[in-house]
Amino acid sequence: MSRGQAARVALGTGAGAVLAADGLGKSYVGVPVLSEVSLSVHPGELRAVLGENGAGKSTLMKLLSGHLQPDHGRVLLDGEPVRFANPMQAEALGIVLVHQEQLLAEQLTVAENLFLGRELRRGLLLDRTRMHALAAERLEALGCHADPAAAVARLSIAERQMVQIARALLVPRRVVILDEPTAVLTPHEVEALFRAVLALKQAGVALLYISHRLAEVAMIADHVTVLRDGRLVVSRPALGLGELEMARLMVGRDMSTLFPPKPPAPVTPEAPALQVRRARVPGHVVEASFSLQRTEILGFGGLVGAGRTELFEGLIGLRPAQVEQVMVHGETLAHRSPRAALRAGIAYLTEDRKGRGLLLRQPLATNLTLVAPFQRFGLLDAAREHAAMGQARHDFDIRAGRFSALAGQLSGGNQQKLMLAKTMLSHPRILVIDEPTRGIDIGTKAQIYRFIAALAASGTSIVVISSEMQELIGLCHRVLVMRHGHIVAELEGDAMTEDAIVVHATGVGERAA
Amino acid sequence: MPARGWRLPRIEPASLAPFAALAFLVVIGTLLNARFLAPDNIANVVTRASFIAVIGIGATFVIAAGGLDLSVGSMSAFIGGSAILLANASAAHGFDAALAVGALVAIGGGALCGLANGLVITVGRLEAFIVTLGSMGIFRALTTYLAQGGSLSLTPDDLQDLVRPVYFGTVLGVPVPVLVFVALGAVAWVLLNRTPFGRHVVAIGANEEVARFSSVAIGRVRTITYVIQGACVGIATILYVPRLSSVTPTSGLLWELQAITAVVIGGTSLRGGNGRIWGTIAGALVLESVANIMVLSNIVSEYLIGAVQGAIIIVAMLVQRSLRRN
Repeated sequence: MSRGQAARVALGTGAGAVLAADGLGKSYVGVPVLSEVSLSVHPGELRAVLGENGAGKSTLMKLLSGHLQPDHGRVLLDGEPVRFANPMQAEALGIVLVHQEQLLAEQLTVAENLFLGRELRRGLLLDRTRMHALAAERLEALGCHADPAAAVARLSIAERQMVQIARALLVPRRVVILDEPTAVLTPHEVEALFRAVLALKQAGVALLYISHRLAEVAMIADHVTVLRDGRLVVSRPALGLGELEMARLMVGRDMSTLFPPKPPAPVTPEAPALQVRRARVPGHVVEASFSLQRTEILGFGGLVGAGRTELFEGLIGLRPAQVEQVMVHGETLAHRSPRAALRAGIAYLTEDRKGRGLLLRQPLATNLTLVAPFQRFGLLDAAREHAAMGQARHDFDIRAGRFSALAGQLSGGNQQKLMLAKTMLSHPRILVIDEPTRGIDIGTKAQIYRFIAALAASGTSIVVISSEMQELIGLCHRVLVMRHGHIVAELEGDAMTEDAIVVHATGVGERAA
Repeated sequence: MPARGWRLPRIEPASLAPFAALAFLVVIGTLLNARFLAPDNIANVVTRASFIAVIGIGATFVIAAGGLDLSVGSMSAFIGGSAILLANASAAHGFDAALAVGALVAIGGGALCGLANGLVITVGRLEAFIVTLGSMGIFRALTTYLAQGGSLSLTPDDLQDLVRPVYFGTVLGVPVPVLVFVALGAVAWVLLNRTPFGRHVVAIGANEEVARFSSVAIGRVRTITYVIQGACVGIATILYVPRLSSVTPTSGLLWELQAITAVVIGGTSLRGGNGRIWGTIAGALVLESVANIMVLSNIVSEYLIGAVQGAIIIVAMLVQRSLRRN
């Protein structure tokens, strides 16, 4: 179905829609998170659902897929009202939600995960040959070359994402809901995913697609629905809807200035903030040397698995590494351990907020002060902790309903701000931020960019590791690109373009460039 | 936002469960046999619960940090035996010396045993379950070896009389062991809930990776929890030895089961990430009350006390799970 045809159908009364929401509403403990939302999706159509964090996108998708039950309104399947008591009932009717979080059994193999609960048999025994062949075929279709016999624990985050998508698509579906499917994917993998999405559309599957990456939405969506504060702002054909316009609709204000002006590029002083010679991280970084100037914002680009995260985890002693020399502000860093790095003024913000960044079941203040809890006569100083938390909420605009909220109850964007506040409490001179805005809405993104620029302007030297090329270009003074464990390029000024980063990150077309 | 409201700790239903269970047992016990509430019986129950309460306090630290110590029972027998031997040997220099040596060996020896457990676990990067299962066998065999299969007693008898008040004595009508576990509980509560160390213990148990990425000295904190556990076993042993003035190869048998049960009843998650000192003490009292009720009533043979206590840990885990789900 062409875009024009899809548009005409959808602009009608929802006739012909496979799945529709009719005035859906949902409240948590009396607080409405979704009210009066209606939308429909037709066979062969892709409808993007946009909104900032907390706009109600995930809640809406969970209502449509049986993970939650609505307080108001109806879910219509083929025009008939349905109630799903649980996700299994929805799946039985052909509706599946691919979660943003990764829900895989890490010790099991790719094929075992793919077929978990739906194992193919030959007589009483598992038909491993057929499962492996089918797994390889399905992953290949998504552009993923993971070995079906490999344990999921050994896969990259992007590969795991692909396994999860492949698992959802194992049996034929009528409606596929994708929640932030590209958040952890590199451009190359995104392309492969889009090919798979296109194939689904051609097969007549209806798709609902949540994403923060507006450029992608503009590329593949037939229709766009924008939610704000739990209400529907607009539902319209995607044709002619630009990125900035989408952002404006989401945030409700003009978003033309996503990136703050860059602080003046550092004048090379006597000694760089960080100088690394010949760092090797077994299995990840073959060899890397670089230096970070004082007050510089230095970007690290590259594909997932290029060794960027591992390089910095190795440098600060979070994983085994051999390094010829690390100089911090002109002084040699003798030991490599998280504590030694802390003493030398290096702080690392992990990309894995939930697994490695925050204690999700602990209060915000506990997380904020975890590195060095405030103490007085050996006891925790609750008053200073409270004051620091108040200061952090103010400085970093951390929006939490209650002071006693647990870290796990915050939205992704606020979790990221809390992590930033936590790190800044130790007054680092060098700040390494890994994927600063993964899975974060555009309003919060702009905020985090402003924080980073302000920190650099006030004397902090910053490394930004990011898979979002726009982020690197918009934020950094200089970008280093890694590929297969090597630093393969240094880009500066006008040479920092998406094309240049992609060419160096993938190695594709390098000679031509 | 109210300026003060956020500081009041939210009382979770799970934290009240052990005290509710204890109150329930008191009612049941009284209904089955009125003698349950007699002052001397209550004093007896609470005093007998002191060993497990004290060991459980240490176990709360270990478990809150996501660890486990199965060696506490045989460790108690081992350091009890060692303390008796060395106290006997130094009795020639006066009973004061003997008592000092005995106490020092018990607490210091316990701390050293805990240090050994902790270092093997953290430096050797081994499962706590395996390491303490091994040391449980080692300590038990060492006790048997020291006693040459028999028993070890404090000698001369005068020394036995001298230490009796540690278990049997009272201060203002309160048995000494009770004072000990209440005081120790208060100190332990502050250590776990009001110090940076305690916060790091809970952080490691909640998510070791987060703690590692936050520059917490994981190995050191975890090792210290085992040292605390060992010292608590030492204190429990000091309370225990005066009761019979001797140690046999079967002393402290199944104390690890009881201590872990007390911790779990108390509301500390076996996966780590929280620790409830007073809950553990309530758990120890629950276990001892159950045993006492079984002795006082004739419904179930008291030979089955171990079976009932074993069933309790399973039920406590089921309750914990259902409370978490809700």
